[in-house]
Formats: sequence, structure tokens, C-alpha cells
Amino acid sequence: MLLGPALGLSAVLFSLGVAGVLLRRNAIVLFMCIELMLNAVNLSFVALAQLHGASGYVMVFFVMTVAAAEAAVGLAIIIGIFRHKQTVDLGNINLLRG
Amino acid sequence: MTEVVFYIFAVVAVVSATLCILQRNPVSAALWLVSTMFSLAAIYVLLNAQFIAAIQVLVYAGAIMVLFLFVIMLLNLGHSETDLRGPSTIAATLVIVGLLGIELFALLQYTPRKLASEFSQWPTFTDPATVFVAGQVTQQESAARGVVGAVAAPLFQIYLIPFEITSILLLVALVGAVVLAKRNV
Amino acid sequence: MMASMIWLAVALPLLGFLINGGLALRRPQAKDAVSVVGVGVLVASFVVSAAVFLELRAHPPHQPIVVNLWRWLPVGSLQIDMGFQVDQLSAVMLLVVTGVGSLIHLFSVGYMKADPGYARYFAYLNLFVVFMLVLVLGSSFPVMFIGWEGVGLCSYLLIGFWFSEKANADAGKKAFIVNRIGDFGFLVAMFLLWYSLGTLTFTGMVTKAPALLPAGGAAVTAITLFLFLGCTGKSAQIPLYTWLPDAMAGPTPVSALIHAATMVTAGVYLVIRTNVLFALAPFSSTIVAGIGALTALFAATIGLKQYDIKRVLAYSTVSQLGYMFLGVGTGAYASGLFHLATHAFFKALLFLGAGSVIHSMHHAYHATHAHADAQDMRNMGGLKQYMPITFWLMLIATLAIAGIPPFSGFFSKDEILAAAFARGETAPIFLLFYAMGVLAALLTAFYMARLMAMTFLGSNRTGERERAHLHDAPWVMTGPLVVLGILSAVGGVLNLPPFLGGGAALEHWIEPVTAPAAAFFRLQMPHGNTELFLVGAAVLVGLVGLIAGWKATLRRPIPTAADAPADAGFARVLYRKYYIDEIYDAVIVRPLVWLSRFVLWKGVDQGVVDGAAVNGTAKLSRGLGWLGSRLQTGQVGVYVVLFLVGALWILHSVVR
Repeated sequence: MLLGPALGLSAVLFSLGVAGVLLRRNAIVLFMCIELMLNAVNLSFVALAQLHGASGYVMVFFVMTVAAAEAAVGLAIIIGIFRHKQTVDLGNINLLRG
Repeated sequence: MTEVVFYIFAVVAVVSATLCILQRNPVSAALWLVSTMFSLAAIYVLLNAQFIAAIQVLVYAGAIMVLFLFVIMLLNLGHSETDLRGPSTIAATLVIVGLLGIELFALLQYTPRKLASEFSQWPTFTDPATVFVAGQVTQQESAARGVVGAVAAPLFQIYLIPFEITSILLLVALVGAVVLAKRNV
Repeated sequence: MMASMIWLAVALPLLGFLINGGLALRRPQAKDAVSVVGVGVLVASFVVSAAVFLELRAHPPHQPIVVNLWRWLPVGSLQIDMGFQVDQLSAVMLLVVTGVGSLIHLFSVGYMKADPGYARYFAYLNLFVVFMLVLVLGSSFPVMFIGWEGVGLCSYLLIGFWFSEKANADAGKKAFIVNRIGDFGFLVAMFLLWYSLGTLTFTGMVTKAPALLPAGGAAVTAITLFLFLGCTGKSAQIPLYTWLPDAMAGPTPVSALIHAATMVTAGVYLVIRTNVLFALAPFSSTIVAGIGALTALFAATIGLKQYDIKRVLAYSTVSQLGYMFLGVGTGAYASGLFHLATHAFFKALLFLGAGSVIHSMHHAYHATHAHADAQDMRNMGGLKQYMPITFWLMLIATLAIAGIPPFSGFFSKDEILAAAFARGETAPIFLLFYAMGVLAALLTAFYMARLMAMTFLGSNRTGERERAHLHDAPWVMTGPLVVLGILSAVGGVLNLPPFLGGGAALEHWIEPVTAPAAAFFRLQMPHGNTELFLVGAAVLVGLVGLIAGWKATLRRPIPTAADAPADAGFARVLYRKYYIDEIYDAVIVRPLVWLSRFVLWKGVDQGVVDGAAVNGTAKLSRGLGWLGSRLQTGQVGVYVVLFLVGALWILHSVVR
């Protein structure tokens, strides 16, 4: 069984995704790092399905669906912001400053 | 043998992911992410989840990443001078990611054997196969009905309602994306 | 039942205060109305007091009659009523206060006639009588304390009556603050009493104290010592007497009423009222007697070298109060009360007489536009020919205070000294007190003779042109003097000792009140030859003092105040009152002021309260707000970091 190594890989990919979210300024690349994190989670679900049954595959199915919906809506929002501010640099988008 | 193949694809995935998060050009980053997804699909096959591998390539790499690329090119971003954040953020990142890694790797101690001995009622050593029955059932079903059937059966029976709700969710996302992105004329 | 109408005696002066106060605010020039109201309520109050006294005389009660007006403090197990206690002791005090008070009010009509603050004066004076009556009539310690504090307040108001002069206002403040120290003693004693006995009424104290307080124990000694601290403040004994000489800054009738006849006797009254406690604590009684004797001697020495006529009388008051405390400290409560009454007569007479003299001197200087001090005896002299009535009346008072028979002071002072001598047989220290008392009697006679000689005898030093304006006071002022003179002369009948044929009336009269103390200690007064010997010694001492004072004063011509050379040597120390005020200032007042300014004000108030507490909390809020604002940057990156920190924390708690 490849459970151990697969989960280890999932952990590494997830950490890389977190690092990317923290480090990048471009909103679209940030989104891509989030997708990376979701992929890592999918990997862990698939790896654990060997133990816990087909529910793991079903979860992966749903994650992918929701990720698709989220990507669509999120990118639409980014396009809307770009129209206003002519930039997707997250350092400049701080209108909700307290 | 599968181990070796697994490790090769794992290395490819990690390297692609690292390059993805470090690339300045957003197009390059997207393409490296596609590479990561492909390696993951290969790993799914090795984990006996062939249907999921196919879905990964079709939906994730084929639809979602293409959408990303469309948007990048639509906005005509080019590459900016400084895309990574300042040194304080890098330091914070290292700290957080380090801690995260430690926490996650702490979870790796739970091998199936240990999980089985913790879940089961019997105090002595237990065979994981007798505790985690569901996994065995799936493998038998895959053998009997094929991989798609193994996924479809619970999807349309036990998880029917979430399935239907997800379809509505997709509809809402569709309408929302159109409304948000269209030009205000 | 007249006793139940006792509240009328208090309500009448209160009404007078309200009316006069209203007139003072609205129509201060209505002097006739003020006079009628001010004197009228006092006389009416005296009539009520006399009626109560006569009723008590007809049917002497064995238990005090307590008239409760309303429930004042119902707090758990502490139930205090606003009540008045009518018994033999309070009846005597009532008569003294209202009687002498009426005479002084009448005198004030003439003395203060030209003063613009006439209505205000009578308002304050009426208010004082109200509080004094509450003090002597109070049925419990808290009610008495109301009166105690109230008379202190009125004393402050009246001492600083002419407050536009800073010295007068300062004197008023000094009186109030020094009194406060005594009040602290009274309060602590009240707390201890409540703690030990569970009751604060006088009747309750009489029943419970012998049962609950072990005789000579620490509790009762502490209570009585703290009560005595209150007495030293109110009755100007060592160490809290320094306010009384300064209090002469007020109008002379005020000095007569408050600082001779009534307020300062409150301490003596308190000791007599709580005689059961003092009898249970012989150590405290000895302290009381000792301080009394010491004060009597000490003040008498200072009086030898004062030039202001009122100052001499002030130190004389302190000294005579010492005698009263010597009396009650010895256990001779009746003697102390007797001296209280006779002292009220002759000291009020002396003060009012001095007031007439000062009034006349002022008039004279005013007419010639001179600026000399009208109260300095060195500016007087030979006034006998100009003010004969005043002279003869003050002579009666002088003979009384020196203890010459048959005047009243002889009987009361002799009794006190005899009591001290008698007590000396069992407790030798009382013989020392007796000796001090005798020496003080000698000095008393000496300085009183000096006062009379400097003021009335010899040649007149006031000045050629002023002499024409010196004359006796109008009858509204001299009339009360006559009445007081008669009382000073014949007041001895109140308590004539048996060997002279009397029945010791006062002593028997207040026996029901002093019975609780008598149960513990019975004082054996001397009889027969010892008694005659003591009487003879007292009279001899008085005569010697008078003659010596007269001769010593008139031996050489006295320079006027302006020409007088400064005193030197020990005389200077006496004139400067042993520098006690300066010592108090350096040792007590200055360190306290320093403490208040630098520690409590700058340190605690500005630093801790303002800085740390008030401004500090504001700074803390601002700091927290600043911290909050740093979290709300509007930048996604920051939010993501925080989000991940939180997620990491949850993960950590789950993994463990």
C-alpha cells in the first residue's frame, strides 16, 4: 500500500500551496496556489479511500465540482476588480482598510 | 515496482509545484500547475483510482486550468517587477509553513496498523484488513462492476441529495460568473 | 408631662435660627426684629427648661426619661432613635445653657448693635444653642455626636465672624481642625463601644457596661482614653488646647458663651455622663485627673504674662477646665459639675465685663481716630472711675475665681481640691495633683489680680482725649452682668458642704446619674479637722495670690502698649506661650503639609490616579485600538496570514 508516502506527498503539496498563498501578490497566481492546495487534499482523500471505501472517491468528485464553481466565480470577480483598478496586485487592493 | 514509479511522479509533482509558486510570469505558473496535476493523475492511477485520474485530467487540467489561462491572457498581465512579498512576509511564511509541515508530518505516525489498533475494541494486535472492511469492499466492487460503477453506486444512492445540491451550486456559479464579468452597458 | 415637651426647648432656638437666617439673607437691616426673635427664643427655651427642672424636682425619677422623637438609624441590629434623655444631669446642663445663654444674647444686643452682620450673628448664635442642647440632651452617643460636631461648626462660624481679616478666618479654621482630632477620638470610642457592648444608648451603656466590660481591662481603658481625647479637643486640655486662645478673635459675647460657659464644658459633661465607664477604668480616670491638673497649672503660668485682656481670660478658662477634669477624674463628679456651673457664672461675667471694657475702649479710640489696640491692658488703667459698675461686678467674679468665701468659686474649687487630697490617701499620685491644683490656685489669684489692677486701678494710660469717651455700657449690656454677678456671689448654695450647714444639694440631686460609678468606687471626702485645714489652706492661697498680684502689678508705672519694651528671658517664654504653637507647627503641621503636597498630591493623585488610572486606561484603550487598526489593513495578504495562524492552532489542538 502506498498510503504513507501518498499522505506525505499530500502534506508537502499542501505546504507548498500555503507558501504560495502567503508569498504571491498576483491575485490569479494566488488562486492557482489555492487550487494546488485543493489538489493535495484530493490526493489524501484518494489515498485514504483504500481504507475507508468509495466515500473517498465521492468526496474527490464533490471537491472538484466545487473547485470548478469557485474558480469560475472567483475569476469573474478578479475581472471585475481589474476593470476598476487596472491591477490585480493584492497589495493595492485595500479599500476595506479599518 | 509501483513504489519507484510513485516516487518518480511524486518528485515531478513537487518540483512542478515549487516552480509554480515561484514563477514570475503567471502563464508559466499556470503551466507548471498543469504539470503538477498530470503527475497527480498518474499517482491516482497507481492508487487504483482510475476513474478519478480521468476526471482529474478532464476537469481540473482540461477545464479549470484552461479557464485560468483564458483569464490571464484576457487581462494581458505580462510579468510585473516584484511579485513576491517583502522579507517580513517571507520570514512569516517560513515559520508558518515550517510549523504546518511539522504538524502534518506528525500525523504520519498513524499507520493503518496503529489506526486499526486504536479503532478496534481488541487490545492486542489487529490486522488492518479486518478493521477497515470498507476498503476491501471497494476493491471487490471495482473488480465486479468496474471503477466507474464503484464510484457511481454511492454517488447516486447514499450521496444523492448532495449531488443534486451540487448541480444547483453549479447553476448558481454559472449565473454569478456571467453577471459579475459582463460589461455594464 | 413637661418632660415630653422637651423637644420644644430645642425647637425654639432652631426656629430662631431659621427666622434670623432668613432675615440675614433678605433684610439684614431689620435689627429690631432680629433682637426680639434672637433673645426671645432663648428666654422661651429657658422657661421650658425651668419647667422641666421643676417637674423633675417635684417627682425625681430613678430612671432617666427618654423621649424618642423618631427612628433615625435603623441598620440591622443597630437601632438608634433621635431621642432626648431628661434626667437630673441634663436638667442642670439645660438650665446653665439656656440661662447663661439668654443673658449673653441680651448682652449681644448692645455689644453688636453697630455691626452690619447683626442678623447673621444672631442666627449663628441661635444655631449654636440648638446644637448645644442636642449635645446635653442626647440619649445616645450618635445623637450627642450630632451636637458635638454642630457646636464645633458654630464655633468655627462665630470665631471667624469677621472673616474679612485673615487672622480671624485662620483662627476659626484652627479651632475646627484641632477639634477634629478630638472628634476622631470620640468616633473610635463609639466604634469600640458598639463592638464591646452592642449598644450606643446611655441607658444601655449603664446596664451593659458593668456586665460586659471587665473592670480595669484593656477594652474599657481604650474606650475611655479615646473619649478623653475627644474631651481634650472640645474642652481645650493638653495637648489640644491651642485653639482656645486664638478663638478670642471672635466677638466677646461668643467667647463668653461658647468658650467659657457652654461648649468647652461639653467634655466635662461627657465624662460625667459616662461615669460608669470611667469608674471601670481607674487608669483612665487617673490620666484625666493628671492632665486636668497639669493643664490647670500650665495655662495659669501662661496667663501670668499675657497683655491682651481676652487672652488672659482664655488661658484662665483652660486652667479652670483643668480643675473640672481634675474633679471628675478623681471620681467627684458632682464637684466637677458644680465647678462647671459656678465657672459658667463668673467666667461669663468676666468675659462680658471685658467685653464692656473693650466696647468702651473701641468707642473712645473710634471717637479720636486713634489706632491703638483696644484690648491691650497696658492701654487701660484706672477705669474704675469711669466704669464703676463694671469694676465692682468684675471684682465679684475675681473673688469668686480666686476662691474667696463666701463667693461661689470658693465652694466648688475647694471641693475639687479636697477630693484630690482625699483620693491621695489611696493613690499617692493624687497628692501631686493636689499640689499642682493649689499652685494653680495661687497663680490664678495672681493673674486675676494683675488683670484687675492693670485694667481698673492705677492711673489711666488710654490718653487725654479718649478719656472723655470712657463710660459704663448701656443697661442692655450691664443688666446681664448684674444677674451674673448675683449668681457668682450666691451660687455656692447649689452645693454647700455639710460642715458649713448645707445639704450638698447638687451632689444628692445627681446621685441617680452617678450611682453606676459609685457602685465601683466611693470617694471618702475628708471630715473634721482635715477638712477645715484644707479649706483654710485654699483661702490662704487665694488671698496671698490676690494681694501679691495687686502689689506686683502696681509697684511700677506700666508703659502703654506702644511704648512697652519687649519681654526677655523666662517672661518672654511665658508671653510666647512656651512656643507650643510653633512647636506644633514644625513637628506636626509642616510634615503633614509636606506629605499632602508631595506624596499624596503629586505622587498619588497626579501620578497614580490621574496618570495610571485615568490617563492610563485611556492610553490602554488607545493602544488596543491601535493594535486593532493594525489588524484591519484591508490587505488580503495580512488576512491570509492571520487565517493560517488560526488554522494552524486548531490543527495543533486536534493533533495533540
